[in-house]
Amino acid sequence: MRDIRLAARSGGSAALALSFFALVATLVPLGVGADLKLLARVAGGILWVAAVLAALLSLDRLFQGDFEDGSLDLIALSPLPLELTALAKIIAHWLSTGLPLTLLSPLLAVLFNLPPPATLILFVSLLIGTPAVSAVGAIGASLTLSLKRGGLILPLIILPLLAPAVIFGAGAVSLALDGLAAQNALGLLAAFSFAAVLLSPFAAAASVRLNLGG
Amino acid sequence: MISSLTAEKLACVRGDKRLFDGLSFRVTAGQALAVEGANGAGKTSLLRMIAGFLTPAAGRLIVKSAEGESDDGEERGKIIGWLGHLDGLKPQLTVIEQLNFFAHLCGKAVDGALLEQVGLARQADLPCRYLSAGQRRRLALARLLASQRPLWLLDEPFAALDRSGQALVAQLMARHCGQGGIIIAATHDPLGLGNESLKL
Repeated sequence: MRDIRLAARSGGSAALALSFFALVATLVPLGVGADLKLLARVAGGILWVAAVLAALLSLDRLFQGDFEDGSLDLIALSPLPLELTALAKIIAHWLSTGLPLTLLSPLLAVLFNLPPPATLILFVSLLIGTPAVSAVGAIGASLTLSLKRGGLILPLIILPLLAPAVIFGAGAVSLALDGLAAQNALGLLAAFSFAAVLLSPFAAAASVRLNLGG
Repeated sequence: MISSLTAEKLACVRGDKRLFDGLSFRVTAGQALAVEGANGAGKTSLLRMIAGFLTPAAGRLIVKSAEGESDDGEERGKIIGWLGHLDGLKPQLTVIEQLNFFAHLCGKAVDGALLEQVGLARQADLPCRYLSAGQRRRLALARLLASQRPLWLLDEPFAALDRSGQALVAQLMARHCGQGGIIIAATHDPLGLGNESLKL
């Protein structure tokens, strides 16, 4: 689990993701104009998509740094199973991007004139949904490990897989906006997120092994 | 502790090129084996094969120990001390953090004298980006010692080191063999251990 510190201290990428998220969320209201009803309506979707894209920015380095400087060889030979290493990296990525993005989201929701109940749902949906982004991203990052410009293919691999998270997450916010109960959508999102975090370390570890042999 | 490593008719294929074929050798505890060969002959591939990263295209690698025989690559990885041609150092971490992290990963305590032994005691709190190539190599050596593994796989152990560093490597290798360890090193220089050598 010391991998968390290892990833956390490479800093920079978290700030980049955060400012990207904030900038996109600020630009959209400027572009769409001052139609407050419309803004509130699209807020969930825009903020969710912006959060996923922001998290993508730092994903391609998840394993690549360790792969290029040879650390991954050493980690693979250590008694710690690669599955746990992958899980640690997913947690570290979430702590350095997903969590800060979630914490920032209520502030940005103000720009979209999102009412407080819907903002709360947005916050909760990001809180339970962003771990899935890190987890599915880890699979993509490990698959593109030995490609020189893997960062370009990465979004193509993982964005389709993340569609459910965006649908349920943004859907929950829409439901809350209409005054309906959002629990069902949040429940599905939590299930998706849970499955992703549980299964992706195995997929990521397997593809890291393949890449070490290549 | 392991008693021997045996290779039976190993073959290595990279892309559509056959690097070596029918390669057999045996190293027992306390012995060193130098792997020699021209650039691109497959020295590093052989080491990666022994480490379990690469699966042999044919043949087997067998480790004999007190617990019996095993040819499982994953299991073999747990007894290997790896010194690759990449140092595996993070530029942001200090020398001592780097060593502590890896020792933790291996579940070993760090011996305070290790850095002194490789001549890096004064650089302990320096971030790794300020280290020279030779110093990085010395730190990788300290990490190898910290792992306390019986089977050392060394890829060009003398590279980038000054004369005292090379003497240090020779001395550490002699000590490792003296303690019943096994060394397999890909190198262009003589190891000076009265060892056998394998030409690829």
